[in-house]
Amino acid sequence: MVSVNVTALAVAAALGIPQAAHAATEDDLKELREQVRQLKEVYEQRIGSLEKRLQQTEQSAGKAEAAASKAETTANQAAVQASSRPTSESAFNPGVSVIMNGIYANLSQDPAKFRINGFVPTLDEVAPPVRGLSLGESELALASNIDHNFRGTLIASISPDNSSIDIEEGYIQTLSLPSGFTIKAGRFFSGIGYLNQVHAHAWDFADAPLANKVFLGNQLNEDGVQFKWVAPTQLYFDLGLEAGRGRKFPGGPDGGRNKNGFGSGNLFAHLGGDLGASIAWQTGLSYLSTSPQDRTFADLDSTGTSVTNSITGKSRLWALDGVLKWAPNQNSTYTNFKLQGEYFRRREDGVLTYDTMAQSFGTQVGGYASAQSGWYLQGVYQFAPTWRVGLRYDRLNSGTTSNALVNSGALTAADFPILAGYDPHRSTAMIDWSASEFSRLRLQFARDYSQPGATDNQIFLQYIMSLGAHGAHKF
Amino acid sequence: MKTILKFLVASAIAAAALPAAAALNVFACEPEWGALAQELGGDKVSVFNATTSLQDPHRIEARPSLIARIRSADLVICSGSELEIGWLPLLLTQSGNPKIQPGEIGNLEASQFVVRLEIPKVIDRALGDIHPSGNPHIHLDPRNIAKVGEVVSERLARLDPANAGVYQARATSFQQRWQAAMQRWEQEASRLKGMPIVVYHKDMSYFINWAAMREAGSLEPKPGLQPTPVHLAELVEHMKRDPAKAVVYSSYNSPGAAEFLSQRANIPAVQLPFTVGGTDKAKDLFGLFDDTIARLLTVAK
Repeated sequence: MVSVNVTALAVAAALGIPQAAHAATEDDLKELREQVRQLKEVYEQRIGSLEKRLQQTEQSAGKAEAAASKAETTANQAAVQASSRPTSESAFNPGVSVIMNGIYANLSQDPAKFRINGFVPTLDEVAPPVRGLSLGESELALASNIDHNFRGTLIASISPDNSSIDIEEGYIQTLSLPSGFTIKAGRFFSGIGYLNQVHAHAWDFADAPLANKVFLGNQLNEDGVQFKWVAPTQLYFDLGLEAGRGRKFPGGPDGGRNKNGFGSGNLFAHLGGDLGASIAWQTGLSYLSTSPQDRTFADLDSTGTSVTNSITGKSRLWALDGVLKWAPNQNSTYTNFKLQGEYFRRREDGVLTYDTMAQSFGTQVGGYASAQSGWYLQGVYQFAPTWRVGLRYDRLNSGTTSNALVNSGALTAADFPILAGYDPHRSTAMIDWSASEFSRLRLQFARDYSQPGATDNQIFLQYIMSLGAHGAHKF
Repeated sequence: MKTILKFLVASAIAAAALPAAAALNVFACEPEWGALAQELGGDKVSVFNATTSLQDPHRIEARPSLIARIRSADLVICSGSELEIGWLPLLLTQSGNPKIQPGEIGNLEASQFVVRLEIPKVIDRALGDIHPSGNPHIHLDPRNIAKVGEVVSERLARLDPANAGVYQARATSFQQRWQAAMQRWEQEASRLKGMPIVVYHKDMSYFINWAAMREAGSLEPKPGLQPTPVHLAELVEHMKRDPAKAVVYSSYNSPGAAEFLSQRANIPAVQLPFTVGGTDKAKDLFGLFDDTIARLLTVAK
């Protein structure tokens, strides 16, 4: 205020003094003084009002600033939210994830000579990994809704050695069918048993149970169509029907038969629910029927010659599975336990062709029938947030096999050593550590009695990691 | 094969012929949304809560019992923002229920209707279990409950037009009671302003923001990762420089880490309801906020 008054006086003086110089009379002087006084008053008034307005402006500016900063915050938030929604074409990119895994295997038996005795083998696919360090199959998964009616999933596995890319699963599924119906078409893991539908990276052990190896060639993915219906009940119940090409073991030949229609059919049903607050369970029954044609297997006959044999006929597989998961109040973060078991029973009949390439005694054909079974039971316990331990026991029963070529005396049992009766079994223990949902390190020990007189002590050290989109795992 | 097909068709017909349920089936991913639907739908809705206050909504198994329930749901209400990413997508694709697929009226993602906090600028799994769309635990800001409530009321009326009048009346009544309660809470929570607390998981952010409190740290070293001894030791050190008034945890968290910090840093550990049913007093949404504020006031000085 003081400085303003001084300025006002100075202004007044500046205006008044030139006039004062011309003033001669006292009246003039008086008049001048009066004028200066008036001027001073006017200017003081004006300056006062200016000052008031300035103060008001300052205040409202402060308010405006506050409002502006508030608006800015809101705008920022809005902008951030907007920016979190991608606006380009890539916004519609499917969810992409990659599973990486590597393993160190220490085996007391040569994995190249691995057989599961008593069972028509599927050879290398079910053998343990090579000794030493090796890269496992890498998996690339893409999944997204296609439109309001369909969802698509493509899972490719890239094998490290022969650089081949296999489509593990590639299917579309419906989203908009009413009344609990879903249809899947393409290539998918068949709904036979429990573990067959679970991707290997989500298994609780480094390898498949022996039963899955001998009855499903590790894991059966079929080209076909699946119809599934979920009942409108509080107790979970589903029914499913699959019709497929029969492109893989237990169908065959590899790639499927050259014919119209279907090469395999599968029916399944599941029941599931909760028991109290802490237990969830599910059980399933499934029946897979295939008609293998010229499904080949290799064997060493009595002369020690490696021959190729084949089976043509019918193969029918029953699977009964059950899973029970316990977690205190269904909070699996700290501790949980999972008990899982499956029982398989298979009947095959048809004809067996010995030595299809005529490399030894010459090609011979005879009737063939077998009834075989197998099961496993495993338990996995998470005792601390990132640690789990697990035990598994496998057992197979080679059951009864009737081979007309041997019964008739045309050939001897020694010509079919792989079909000789034997009950393979295996015990496995594992411990794994998962710092997050996306990484897992596992150590596994197994004693494998798949061949008589050749116990295989196996040690696996494995990593399984996933990067990219957050996958959701089935129950 | 034929008999099976016949059976399938017969079952489908039987299912379709079931008498239409009297009430709308609401499937709530978290108890807070179940409670909200119950407030707004009354006896016109039948609510199923997929999770309880004792479960971590991030880590739920896609159990058969949940598929069975979502199969018959008319409306699914979930927090969204990837909170349920480990299980909800599976339930949706397995349900065979077209009414609740994303984009339909029957699919309500609550977090889409509020201003989300903590939207990460950098998205990297090395930062823990972060959510690209922002913090999904939106329900602990009472203003968000009001906003989501409006959307729920609107959806109920659209799904069940015959009872639109009932939903309208319930909505008006609820919003009035909620506004009144909010005024009371704002007054009570004014004593919490600026109060620093240590959280377990970043699931209190919306409450902290609403009550103008301050987060002084979290027991989890990174979102979604369990507390480690190294991180807890650092937190104890940090408390010497920047002491918090309390360490809070939810009913689904193990109290161990909170008690450890409580003893070492000499601050009280407070269990908060986090959601409806989390404590005895948090019987409904009103009780949830009443009890949360009351428990925090006991340690505010």
